[in-house]
Amino acid sequence: MILFFQLVISGIAVGGVYALVGLGLVLIYKSTGVLNIAQGAIVMLMAFITHSFSVQLGLPFWLAVGLSLLVAMGLGLIIERICLRPMVGQPLFSTIMMTIGLMLIFQAIPVMIWGTTMRVYPKYLPQAPYHIGGVLISPDYLWPFVICLCLFLCFLIYFRYSRSGIVMRAVADDQMAAQSMGVNISRVSTLAWGFSCIVAAIGGVVLATITSVGVFLSPIGLKAWPAVIIGGMDSIGGALVGGIIVGVLEGLSGGYLERVFMGIKDVAPFFVLLIILLIKPYGLFGLKRIERI
Amino acid sequence: MRRLPCGIYNETYAQDMAVIRTKAQWALTVISLLVALALPLIIPVSSLQVVNKIGIYILSGIGLNILAGCAGQISMAHAAFMAIGAYCSAILNNAGVPFVLSILCGGFFAGGIGIIVGFPSLRIKGFYLILATMAAQFIIIHIIEHWTWMTGGMTGLSLGRPTLFGVHFGSDQAYYVVILVFLLAGTAFAQNLMRTRTGRAFIAVRDNDIAAEVMGISISRYKLLAFFLGCFYAGVGGALLAHWMGAITTTLFNINLSIWFLAYILIGGMGSSVGPFLGVPILVLLSELLTSLTSGLMMSFPWLLNVILPLHDLIYGIAIVLFLIFEPRGLAHRWEIFKISYRLWPFSY
Repeated sequence: MILFFQLVISGIAVGGVYALVGLGLVLIYKSTGVLNIAQGAIVMLMAFITHSFSVQLGLPFWLAVGLSLLVAMGLGLIIERICLRPMVGQPLFSTIMMTIGLMLIFQAIPVMIWGTTMRVYPKYLPQAPYHIGGVLISPDYLWPFVICLCLFLCFLIYFRYSRSGIVMRAVADDQMAAQSMGVNISRVSTLAWGFSCIVAAIGGVVLATITSVGVFLSPIGLKAWPAVIIGGMDSIGGALVGGIIVGVLEGLSGGYLERVFMGIKDVAPFFVLLIILLIKPYGLFGLKRIERI
Repeated sequence: MRRLPCGIYNETYAQDMAVIRTKAQWALTVISLLVALALPLIIPVSSLQVVNKIGIYILSGIGLNILAGCAGQISMAHAAFMAIGAYCSAILNNAGVPFVLSILCGGFFAGGIGIIVGFPSLRIKGFYLILATMAAQFIIIHIIEHWTWMTGGMTGLSLGRPTLFGVHFGSDQAYYVVILVFLLAGTAFAQNLMRTRTGRAFIAVRDNDIAAEVMGISISRYKLLAFFLGCFYAGVGGALLAHWMGAITTTLFNINLSIWFLAYILIGGMGSSVGPFLGVPILVLLSELLTSLTSGLMMSFPWLLNVILPLHDLIYGIAIVLFLIFEPRGLAHRWEIFKISYRLWPFSY
């Protein structure tokens, strides 16, 4: 039973990271309707940049994170302005292809600059594990999860109450109607990409704290996809729930089924994804759009 | 709508139905067929490898073009279906089934699995469908990798040399002919498919599936049919690839290849029958060029390994981004523009 709880808790912690990467996807999808395949690559790039700030420049860790958030914001703005702005009004799949091109670029750049060796962050969290009823919780798992929860809360409040959050939701709902009400669509899109890259940066730092910094971070970003789809593409809370479901599934299947089915850990989320899509086609919390002719 | 050159009018139904309408089109067709047949004699054997790869990818790309471009069901599992075709054909061929028959069986088997994978498409579309097919890609490859006694697991399978009626098709030149035959048959079928009720039903489903259903088109039937056809092409392509390579592993058919196939038909022009013929050669040639460039650089500057190795992906990515910024509708769109300006030549408005 201890093993079960141990697996569930580490699953929830890892799931929090998937949720965070997924949040970046949802932010962009909600306000611009673009599926950002490059998110995993951006997560990796930002983890490397943070590592550079903190280790190679020798800055204090929190300052390094702050700086890389600024860099992330800038990166998001540049991506949106140069690559996504020309794609407005083009076929949907062209914009997805654009993000695939971006993914290639952002996967190549870190290898060119930092190489393929693994790096670790300096220890910035307390090291003593917490014991709760015999279950061991590492601070490397606990605090990142708390950070994830706070971020989700912030974004939920932001979208519900702030003016620009409401504007972003309006654009997500109906671009043309929002534009006719005087909303500046391109500014909303810029804002969404900026936010999304910031979330990616935080996700990268958190993910690299749990594991380490290396080129393997980008494929981990793929795990955010089932999380987002299970939760529903346009639901922020759904991303959190989906992320935790994926993380726990991965932990449990890795712990119990790995001996019988080798490598089941990596495909278990996709099995569940297919089943959930067959039962609830728009994810658990996704908005079902009623289509008219 | 078909645009005929200036001054040519259709006067009979037979003329209206013809695929190849004018004398100039006939001449072009015959010349290009002759060039295609003579190609293995003209170009060196080392380049013929790339040509064979392009041929197989075009055949597979036509399938994805039917599925994603015409019927609107974007699939991220195309490489997995190629893997199904490849493994099925390899297993059958090793069991003694003749080589061409095993390729066709691979295609039908992949098509059958395609129908199963297509079932979610009856309820979901857009991003959700893309992700569902991506899940299918991972699951199929996982099953192939871990069904060890059947598929050889991680080590893969090796195949005997392809033989037909006692003739070996082992060399690149001989295999080129096999690929060409399959490619011509596949192209002719796809080109004609789009002129039938089925092809028009695909387009109706793509443009607005609810409207199509109201018009009396059974969308579940046509979506599944599109999945069958697209995956059949993928299976045949994968089987051809398997017999050509002589040994297959699952790494040949990973998710990246699925993404590349989408890139091929997108750069070529989605839903256009010339799309795969424009997109695949350009991107594959670019990739081969970059590979030889990076390996050449690696020879000269071995200490810059980290910088040179990702150069291929970096330039490839930049090429795709730049291409999309300047021509988001694909090369086929350019081709249409060229044809429109050409049809009034030399007496334009």
